[in-house]
Amino acid sequence: MTSLPEQPAQRRLGLVIDLDTCVGCHACATSCKEWNMGGVAAPLTDLDPYGAKPDGVWFNRVHGFEAGEGGAGRTVHFPRSCLHCENAACVTVCPTGASYKRAEDGIVLVNEDLCIGCKLCSWACPYGAREFDEAEGVMKKCTLCVDRIYNETLAEADRKPACVMACPTGARHFGDLADEGSEVSRLVAARGGFDLMPELDYRPTNKYLPPRMNASPAAVPPAAAGEAIRPESKFLQWVDRLFSR
Amino acid sequence: MHPAYSVIYFTVASGAGYGLLFLLGLQAAFDLLPVNPWSAPASGLFALALVTTGLLSSTLHLGHKLRAWRAVTQWRSSWLSREGVLALIGLPVAVAFLYGMAFQNDAGWWRALGLAVAMLSALTVHATAMIYASLKPIRHWNNPLTVPGYLLLALASGGVADLAMDAAFGSITLASGLLGLALLAAGIAVKRGYWRSVDAGEAASSPESATGLGAIGKVRLLERPHTEENYLLKEMGYQVARRHATRLRLVAQVLGFLVPALALALALLLGGGGLSALALFLALAAMLAGLLVERWLFFAEAKHTVMLYYGAGRV
Repeated sequence: MTSLPEQPAQRRLGLVIDLDTCVGCHACATSCKEWNMGGVAAPLTDLDPYGAKPDGVWFNRVHGFEAGEGGAGRTVHFPRSCLHCENAACVTVCPTGASYKRAEDGIVLVNEDLCIGCKLCSWACPYGAREFDEAEGVMKKCTLCVDRIYNETLAEADRKPACVMACPTGARHFGDLADEGSEVSRLVAARGGFDLMPELDYRPTNKYLPPRMNASPAAVPPAAAGEAIRPESKFLQWVDRLFSR
Repeated sequence: MHPAYSVIYFTVASGAGYGLLFLLGLQAAFDLLPVNPWSAPASGLFALALVTTGLLSSTLHLGHKLRAWRAVTQWRSSWLSREGVLALIGLPVAVAFLYGMAFQNDAGWWRALGLAVAMLSALTVHATAMIYASLKPIRHWNNPLTVPGYLLLALASGGVADLAMDAAFGSITLASGLLGLALLAAGIAVKRGYWRSVDAGEAASSPESATGLGAIGKVRLLERPHTEENYLLKEMGYQVARRHATRLRLVAQVLGFLVPALALALALLLGGGGLSALALFLALAAMLAGLLVERWLFFAEAKHTVMLYYGAGRV
């Protein structure tokens, strides 16, 4: 059924992505591809993988943006994947019932046996989260690693999405965003986590944490006249202390 | 948006077919059918041919064509599903209507059925238009003039088809000819209004809102996630050069409205007969060609918000 669940889910599982710590290494994207090549949505077909124009299905893509000008500007690495929206139009437009949002945890999935490959869901998603698999003739998307997070054959510490497990800087956090006390909810509250394209009212579950702002030059307190400037390395601090006696 | 030829043909052909069925249904209900008893059934068959080839064509772009029947199940939420349901209900009703019109001329039941045919035809075109009009990520479609455009262009092209068939089987009345001209005028008016609206409009979304980085300053793409094309760029990244778009809009207006209007005026002056029918079939051919261009532009000029992640400054 492609109507959305009538009651808001008790649990809203999703990701919180920290744009301050993401270094743009693409480990999340490649580990996503690796896990899902053998997961429930397998295969993630590659077309012409070793040819001149390789092309294929990925659930996670890492973009690079520049924001602002000059010294106040920032380079921001920006992973983009399904946000498992509350108002998931990709689900309601589906004519066959292949797209659905799970009532129990809010994960948006595709039943590939019902999908006719009309591509309308990919048009309805403002975020480009869905990619058509030309070889399979069906639409594919991020499953939030539904086959990892509930997988009792994995050690409990490993029951997280592959992208979260792979991130070397801990920029990706997984948890229940409906639970105000959860680690992810507290992160969102503390760091001012935000929605992408809130004006479209898709109400994404996934949140992004903003880059911490550089202290602008004026905000750094100028050294008081005559005050020794503290050297940064421990060795120089010791030398400083030695000569300050 | 990538213009899929199967969908372009589908919306133009089935639009004209449903427009023609709508007019025939109303003419039957209000006892306004042409004098020649074979004129209306022939028009009806022509309409059915347009509708069914259109519907069949619409399945050509599917990844799994044999599963197309599943598309009738989700009418509670999906406009595409509603379109499928309405089309499948409409076909047997239209066939019964045509059968009555052709072979049971004395009976009255098919005249009442005409109203149902007209209503189902209008609702089907409306559902087709809503598939596009309901998509918030594409502001060129999520526009108040999308639905009126689809409805009026279907009606106008159906009107020209009706006149052509009437002329082939006898003659056209002044009233029907003037109605045809009025529909053409309304069609070009709504289409020009649509173009003005999308040209002046601004998307609610921007690179700043798409990334949430607007607080830092203006946002621009530094690097794409991948060096080659992917599905998103092929499907949503289609771009038509502005120069071509302007020319194609002109072609759509000349072929889709101006030529049919002139041919229709000529047919009215000729009054009837072979030359009049020939002029009207030329009008229909020009109109359908013009509408194919118009529909191609409807797709090719539409921009999707996902391109904000791929370097588009605005969509």
